[in-house]
Amino acid sequence: MQKFYTESSRLDDVNKKLVPKDETIKFLLDYSMALSVIDYHKMKFEALLN
Amino acid sequence: MKQSNNSSDAFLVNAYMNGKESALSELVTRHKQRIYSFIYSKVFDRDVAEDIFQDTFIKVIKTLKRGAYNEEGKFLPWVMRIAHNLVIDHFRKNNRMPKFENNNDFNIFSVLSDNALNIEKQIIKGQVESDVRRLIEELPDDQKEVLMMRIYKDMSFKEISEQTGVSINTALGRMRYALINLRKVIDKHNIILTN
Repeated sequence: MQKFYTESSRLDDVNKKLVPKDETIKFLLDYSMALSVIDYHKMKFEALLN
Repeated sequence: MKQSNNSSDAFLVNAYMNGKESALSELVTRHKQRIYSFIYSKVFDRDVAEDIFQDTFIKVIKTLKRGAYNEEGKFLPWVMRIAHNLVIDHFRKNNRMPKFENNNDFNIFSVLSDNALNIEKQIIKGQVESDVRRLIEELPDDQKEVLMMRIYKDMSFKEISEQTGVSINTALGRMRYALINLRKVIDKHNIILTN
């Protein structure tokens, strides 16, 4: 019954040590590996290479 | 705790900008908890926090690879600022289209329902009603007249008797026979009149 009237503080979750998923980290590292920025006459082009 | 020179953020950022990919891994590992917790403390949603964290680092990676980052020993505050701006963007976007927040205990769709018939049921309902109309057309005129007045015009038997010039009992009897006849035809031809 108490669930109708109260809710657990959402800050409880914040106090736990929260970290992003491993997949997210892996995606970022892979993205970084794939991204290359090409300089051409003061212009910069981004290229994603597999 | 003071970081040694070859593992400070500035050193790692510099190494990454010079092409050392593993430096990024080190930076992410070092700061992921603080940045992710900061984002989560604003949005209170693991999936949204995950998305914003990812977008934050995509911006970081792009800026560093473009060489557009000016290292002043403030890597973490800079990343936090990016995350903060993305959180603001997230709320701006959501203000345009507010969402109800569901949690594990309560889902808004458990109490909201759409009672309108779907297209299939609307078609079935239309067919059933037209079948009933056709069956009524087959009834003798006197029965049909009473049934139409009672069901479709919602008249009382008193009004029906006044309009048709027969007694209430006769009108009741005609209604009764009309229903009996309809049931007979429906049974005989195995007509299904349910939605």
